[in-house]
Amino acid sequence: MKGESGSMKSTQAATFTPLTSSGGGAWAPWDHLDRLESEAIHILREVVAQCVRPVLLFSGGKDSMVLLHLARKAFHPQRIPFPLMHVDTGHNFPEVITFRDQVVKSLGVNLIVRSVEESIRQGRARVRFESDSRNALQAVTLVDAIHEFGFDACLGGARRDEEKARAKERIFSFRDEFGGWDPKNQRPELWDLYNAHVHPGENMRVFPISNWTEADVWEYIARERLDLPSLYFAHRREVVARGDQWIPVTPLTQPKVGEHVEERWVRFRTVGDMTCTCPVPSEARTLEDILRETVTSTLTERGATRTDDQTSEASMELRKKQGYF
Amino acid sequence: MENKLKNCQELLRFITCGSVDDGKSTLIGRLLLDSRSVLADQWAAIEATSTRRGQSQVDLSLLTDGLQAEREQGITIDVAYRYFSTPARRFIIADTPGHAQYTRNMVTGASTADLAILLLDARKGVVEQTRRHAQIVRLLGIRKVVIAVNKMDLVAYGQEAFERVKQEFLNFAEPLDFRDIVFIPLSALNGDGVVLHGGHMPWYTGPTLLELLETVVLDEEILNSSFRFPIQLVTRLSEENGEERRGAQGRVESGTVAVGDEVLLLPSGRTSRVSAIETYAGRISQARAGQSITLVLADQIDMSRGDMIASVAHPPRTDKNFEALVCWFSHTPYDPERRLLVQQTTRCIQGKIDTVSARLDIQTSQLVPSPAQVAMNDLVHMGFKVQQPLAFDRYEDNRTTGSFILIDALTHDTVAAGMIV
Ligand SMILES: Nc1nc2c(ncn2[C@@H]2O[C@H](COP(=O)(O)OP(=O)(O)OP(=O)(O)O)[C@@H](O)[C@H]2O)c(=O)[nH]1
Ligand SMILES: [Mg+2]
Repeated sequence: MKGESGSMKSTQAATFTPLTSSGGGAWAPWDHLDRLESEAIHILREVVAQCVRPVLLFSGGKDSMVLLHLARKAFHPQRIPFPLMHVDTGHNFPEVITFRDQVVKSLGVNLIVRSVEESIRQGRARVRFESDSRNALQAVTLVDAIHEFGFDACLGGARRDEEKARAKERIFSFRDEFGGWDPKNQRPELWDLYNAHVHPGENMRVFPISNWTEADVWEYIARERLDLPSLYFAHRREVVARGDQWIPVTPLTQPKVGEHVEERWVRFRTVGDMTCTCPVPSEARTLEDILRETVTSTLTERGATRTDDQTSEASMELRKKQGYF
Repeated sequence: MENKLKNCQELLRFITCGSVDDGKSTLIGRLLLDSRSVLADQWAAIEATSTRRGQSQVDLSLLTDGLQAEREQGITIDVAYRYFSTPARRFIIADTPGHAQYTRNMVTGASTADLAILLLDARKGVVEQTRRHAQIVRLLGIRKVVIAVNKMDLVAYGQEAFERVKQEFLNFAEPLDFRDIVFIPLSALNGDGVVLHGGHMPWYTGPTLLELLETVVLDEEILNSSFRFPIQLVTRLSEENGEERRGAQGRVESGTVAVGDEVLLLPSGRTSRVSAIETYAGRISQARAGQSITLVLADQIDMSRGDMIASVAHPPRTDKNFEALVCWFSHTPYDPERRLLVQQTTRCIQGKIDTVSARLDIQTSQLVPSPAQVAMNDLVHMGFKVQQPLAFDRYEDNRTTGSFILIDALTHDTVAAGMIV
């Protein structure tokens, strides 16, 4: 995270200008980002107050960076009172893993890594080909890790604007012992009263930035000057055109016969499994450029970048029922 | 597109509600579509599904009916949250289910709404679920209600049909005493009256639904009401002048607070002064409703999660007994043998139901004394007794400190929600 004391403080002070200075009871400096931030902090504190062993799922992506930053704010001046965990598919872009480790080191937080690779080795998760997407398999590794450590709450950076099934999910989302989500029988969630009671083996998935949109996330990153992995910004990369998408050329995603490799200016809107995450054409090199592109984009984040969610309208829901985040 | 970049601060949270098939999800789809909030891939996906099913028109309800079971049955099961903005405002929409079986999901969506759009089918008018939803909207204290008379295309866009339904609703709703009702005729299917006027109803001169949503006056009530600060966590802060300091972490739920203010700590009843307000960004001199902060008091008095810091001049009530209107969610009827937990603000304690004095009759809007049982979807008046005193206000005065949920101590299910009277 950049601007640890200097820049971050000055941005913040401007946001919380006291009543007297703006005069006449006008609380103008309170904007939508302040509201969203405050709501997320409230949720994070509820998790720590109500749950015994929470964990924050951290991938190094933009949403989890925002979540991590919010956690620092929520518990300041104390350290973040829970570990981070990354379920590593083994198919991550190397820039992201390097970035993840830098962040963890600079903050001195505890990161647990559990790998899908290991689950496959143990025969707990099965694949047909090495290059199959491992997104769906993450659920196995995640649920195993939840049981291994006895976590009763997993904090995640999912947002309701990402996908239709997510738009249906509670902020505190109950999961049974198998990690499964039962969308037809969710706990009522009224006002800001969160019922986090679980029995041993069950857990809550908690989404403090449920009400944020992709644009909110970028605006917040710009405001708070958060660092991100380099592949979120425009860079030259070898890609091949396939259908409507640009597939990045990686050890796992090789050009097919007849496909033509070209180098183009691209950036990623999400970072995930290399086999199913595509960049978008872009020359946006600064946060401000990205923000401008985000609000004028004609495609959703997932629609533009994920190949695995396109197989059916229900892919996300199916995976969630099986324990996926 | 450029104006989307503009920072529009105002937020309106609203729901759509009303009976099954009255067109709630279609209306949201239409609102999103005509305000250009549907992206190309979202459109492609629902277009493909509609075509596969042999529908002649793209089914707009597919934009929010995100669950497989919903798409299969053509009904909404749980709330969908959608976000959109226009140059005038930001909106959070909760599209709620009309089906009686899923009433608790409708209540979930309604609990955080500032405004409700209640749909009526122009052909059918007021039906049982309309009554139930209207009652719930009233109980939950949603002051602003838009009655959308939908499917006007099926009554030849006629004014008489609109007036008839309007009158029918007014007759029914009279005892409910809504303060702010607006009636709009529309066709969610074709778009008339939603974002654009369309050409079919020249007799209607009022605003379109979107115009109304963009201009309805939002109240700043939570800012002006008395200061309430339920403590979420107590944290250790750095020492100052050799003294250990502790901070109360939480969110200002109503009113404002400033350094130097005299405050009350409840339920102990002790008073102190605010000596500092801390945030990650540093100290601030005052804070407002909605802000998550760390409050430091001048005296080292014992405080913990579940306590409340409040205004001395206008304190909440502190009591082990209270009465409330309760919406029962559980499939199992109320059973006095089951242990219950009461969760109110940040406090969760054992409690029991002392009296079940009346049930609200959905048909007549009358209270029926001493109901034989309390079953799913019943709205009842109950008396409570809890293990330790709670600090609370009447729900009418404060939505946060006047509300609670009931949790079954054994199953951990949320079995009911209550509003203190
Ligand atoms: N003719 C006509 N049909 C409409 C209109 N609005 C909705 N419908 C149709 O009514 C049916 C039900 O619409 P939905 O939007 O799914 O209804 P709903 O109120 O969301 O239903 P639940 O969520 O299950 O309570 C669908 O077949 C719609 O196409 C309208 O204005 N005119
Ligand atoms: Mg619906």
